[in-house]
Amino acid sequence: MNEREIAEVKKLLKEALQPARDAELGRDLWPAMLQRLDQRSIHVPWWDWALLACVIALSLFFPGTIPALLYHL
Amino acid sequence: MELLARFAAGDLDAFEVLFCQHQCEVFRWIMRIVRNTATAEDLTVEAFWRVYRAHARFDPATGSFCGWLRRIATNVAIDHLRRSRTEVPLQDDLPAVAPLHPAEQAEMRRQIFCALGKLSPNLRGAVLLALVEEEPYEEIAQALGISVNAVKVRVFRGVRILRKELSQVGAYP
Repeated sequence: MNEREIAEVKKLLKEALQPARDAELGRDLWPAMLQRLDQRSIHVPWWDWALLACVIALSLFFPGTIPALLYHL
Repeated sequence: MELLARFAAGDLDAFEVLFCQHQCEVFRWIMRIVRNTATAEDLTVEAFWRVYRAHARFDPATGSFCGWLRRIATNVAIDHLRRSRTEVPLQDDLPAVAPLHPAEQAEMRRQIFCALGKLSPNLRGAVLLALVEEEPYEEIAQALGISVNAVKVRVFRGVRILRKELSQVGAYP
């Protein structure tokens, strides 16, 4: 492939697609940004879920540990 | 304190000023890659969100804010292409080039979108920026965080795939 073939594909693309460099932003995005900043998503790390799974498994297989767990809560 | 230093320290007012100064430029850059207004607006917010989260990593003494911002915006746009590759067909909401034969033009656009959809997000981004938007290779390289030669390789590979796809449907002479 040479420069001529790149130029041919470029010509095809430009005949079909309008360059987007002149696209205008129709609205101020700051309100959307503020909304995004205000989102306080609760993100639970995977190790917290693992710990919870361990506690549940412990309670199921060794019910005697439940009073000890409750005492430490 | 200088604006960028205040931003790096986490000052929301400084971030707002930077946001207002650069939102149009970021939107236009993302638009060149995703070619859809609503998506580009959402991704502009996403890019600035990443910028805000990473404020502590920005060093105003050594880094160019515009270059850093454009790099993040490019990553956001490419990530979007990666995510949406199998979800929605590639299309844009920009006006078509004034057609001589509208029916043929519409068919050609469809075939070109179809062929572009066959490219990986990295190749598609490089091809659109280099061939449709005619951005300088140096600028594309900075935005993608790769060398100029790597950009040329991506464009070359993208053109090869496009040529093959368009030849198969008879759209390439």
